Amino acid sequence: MIVAPRIYRRVGRALLVGAPLVFLGVFFLWPVGAILGRGLSAHGTIDLSPITEVLRDPSLRGVVLFTIWQAALSTLVTLAIALPATAALSRFRFRGRGLIVAALTMPFVLPTVVVATAFRGLGIQGSLLAIVVAHAFFNVAIVVRVVGASWVSLDRREADAARTLGAGPVRTLTWITLPALRPAIVAASSIVYLFCFTSFGVILVLGGPRFATLETEIYRQTAQLLDLRTAAALSILQLVAVVAALLIAGRATGHARRQIIGSQFRHPPRAGRERLVVAIALSPALVLVGIPLLDLVRRSFAHDAAGYRHLSETPLGAASSSLHALGTSLEVATAATAIAVVLGLALATSVTRPGQRSRSARFAELFVVLPLGVSAVTVGFGFLIVFDTPPLDLRTSWWIIPIAHALVALPFVVRATVPALRAIDPHQREAAALLGARPTQVWREIDLRVVARAAGVAAGFAFAISLGEFGATLFIVRPETTTVPVAIFRFLSHPGATNVDQAMALATILMAITGLIALAGERFHRVGRTGSVL
Amino acid sequence: MLTVGNVSVRYGSTIAVDGVDLTVLDGEIVAVLGPSGSGKTSLLRAIAGLEPISSGTVRWNDLDVTNVAAHRRDFGLMFQDHALFGHRDVLGNVNFGLRMRNESRNRQIARSVEMLALVGLSGYEHRSVDQLSGGEQQRVALARALAPAPRLLMLDEPLASVDRERRQQLATELHRIIRASATPTLLVTHDLDEAFTLADSVVILDRGHVERAGNARDVWRNPGSITAARFLGVASEWTFTIHGSIEGSTVITPWGPIPAPDATQRQAWVGFRPVDLRIDRAGPVDGTVRATWFRGDHFVSEIDTAFGPLTAVSRTSPDLHSKVSIAADLDAAVVLGA
Repeated sequence: MIVAPRIYRRVGRALLVGAPLVFLGVFFLWPVGAILGRGLSAHGTIDLSPITEVLRDPSLRGVVLFTIWQAALSTLVTLAIALPATAALSRFRFRGRGLIVAALTMPFVLPTVVVATAFRGLGIQGSLLAIVVAHAFFNVAIVVRVVGASWVSLDRREADAARTLGAGPVRTLTWITLPALRPAIVAASSIVYLFCFTSFGVILVLGGPRFATLETEIYRQTAQLLDLRTAAALSILQLVAVVAALLIAGRATGHARRQIIGSQFRHPPRAGRERLVVAIALSPALVLVGIPLLDLVRRSFAHDAAGYRHLSETPLGAASSSLHALGTSLEVATAATAIAVVLGLALATSVTRPGQRSRSARFAELFVVLPLGVSAVTVGFGFLIVFDTPPLDLRTSWWIIPIAHALVALPFVVRATVPALRAIDPHQREAAALLGARPTQVWREIDLRVVARAAGVAAGFAFAISLGEFGATLFIVRPETTTVPVAIFRFLSHPGATNVDQAMALATILMAITGLIALAGERFHRVGRTGSVL
Repeated sequence: MLTVGNVSVRYGSTIAVDGVDLTVLDGEIVAVLGPSGSGKTSLLRAIAGLEPISSGTVRWNDLDVTNVAAHRRDFGLMFQDHALFGHRDVLGNVNFGLRMRNESRNRQIARSVEMLALVGLSGYEHRSVDQLSGGEQQRVALARALAPAPRLLMLDEPLASVDRERRQQLATELHRIIRASATPTLLVTHDLDEAFTLADSVVILDRGHVERAGNARDVWRNPGSITAARFLGVASEWTFTIHGSIEGSTVITPWGPIPAPDATQRQAWVGFRPVDLRIDRAGPVDGTVRATWFRGDHFVSEIDTAFGPLTAVSRTSPDLHSKVSIAADLDAAVVLGA
């Protein structure tokens, strides 16, 4: 008697999980697979010789080694700067704390090109220092978020017990607190390592010709040398490194989840000495984040704010004005956010459905974070190769850009909303059902209510990601669809004070927009129980 | 009338509920009583439609509802942890079921106000549920379950999350409210007080099957099996020989003869709850106090006698290792064929 609704339900569930997976299959697996296929297949058979050739080529081997150790160095520097700040922010409550958290976490959503522009202004471009410091600038946010979240959920009684047994503050920290935080620190480190490993915009803009990582080398081999075989081999090496980092991170966070959720209370710094310690712990991070951004804003107003005054003019040799690029970026970000949030919510809902078999759920979750690890450059180039024939001739379509951006944002949307959905007490859904709510009503009344906040945070994040996406966009963009980061890059590639002024002005505007989004997200984040996007 | 016929619930190879039959008559309150792990919550969830049944039927009057989804059964359930909707205020919780039934807004409010008055929470409409005490939350959960006038009300350990000192008062209150709503009710609990205070009939569940079912007083007086008797508080037990005579078969206990339940058997199992054995100078049985516990208004002692150990109560504290005499309330003895 209720056969028909059951069929609808089954179709609905299939759509819920199927639509995002089809999207990922068409717009991620296919392009990336095509790139790898072109590189590695010779006369219809798989040919792995490009990989060995890459490893034998001394200059390419140098690129691989540099990628590895610059990422390691960047991770260490990030930890050294971020951990003391995290400790101060997790242990103490003081005026302006929320603002400092917002300031330290905002860089994460800043477009790489904006940050690179800011650091160029400091006059350290073209050096290893610039690369490492810029990486640290971005990734302080990850450590503050991931380790900070673990810190406040530590069982305070363990530290209390150590204190009553005679351990001083230092020994309590080293024997009790740090070991308990280790999973979070490992998880944060591996994410930081991952981002530094696949960094593109920073290396391209700040590193100059002297420094190449796998990601910039893939770009050079594909876009400039048109050597697909080498590019594919490099992509595979990168993929292996990325999956390894993701597995380590996943394992560490898996341990972290088993921690007891206690109650860690922040108290105001007591004596003058404690205040001094808090100030010293926070200052490196604040200097790191504050100086480049303030300097960027200051320089954007150089020459009587010429950069802003010329925004509406179409520069020589360009198809449209900076103002037009700004409009394009906002439109693209809106579309990308809509796609990412709808598909991400569908996937998050289907993997957290009660009774969902955990293995398939885990597979879908892992599958969706894959785009995180694959170089955006590879994806962008794959788009160009694959979507050039009907029925999917998207090269001239405006939609190709928001689709690429949604692909990059999708993992973050899923990661932000899954924990919120998981946290729903199953009794809530059952209670609603017993009061007569149909499955769709249960979703609307219970799930949506809970996930709305997380989805809001995720939407803001997706918007910021789209605004800042650079690596993939660089490939698929056309003159009339130039986005802001690409425009900034073009301005910086051409000499002349006017161009630099425009780049600085655009970077400042982009920073202001993403900063506002980050602040709004932080508000949301604090009020509700949401998953972290990091 | 709810009729549960031969219902089983399996999780893989473990059988949580094993061929359970039970009925809830119109206007009746039935308690399913069992220790934790006896399968009573699984049974409740199966009846609600939240747990798939591996075999058996659930019927409402003449209607088989075994394959009807939970949200169409029109059974209300009050969860042990209340499962209140934290993102809605008290009114939003109570009117939820009415909203799902597309009742008019006026009707929703009128009915919710009526329900809140019934549970003694008038004026709480716009309070946040997070700010309520445990007892108040329980009342909101009850009002929410009753508001759509379900044909059956189910309660999962209704008083488990309430402070001990308030439990008796709330049990009485709960009884009044359920009676006032005239809704047939099925509750599951591991607490004897809760079951016998609230229920007309009890079903004792042990490892997934029904150990004993019937009128609450009958079950209390005659648990039917040794397992059930022990679960229902019998703490001292013996096996005595049955003597036949012209007046009928009797069991001779140290406190005197009791009629034997089954003349065909040679031995009888006799058990007493602690309150039915008391330290009394006039008692016919002597023993030595091995241990004593203070229970507020009385003392409970373990006493070694020539017939073996027993547990008895007293008004005053007996001295440890002192000699005492024990009297018994023979009418309260539980006698089973052994």
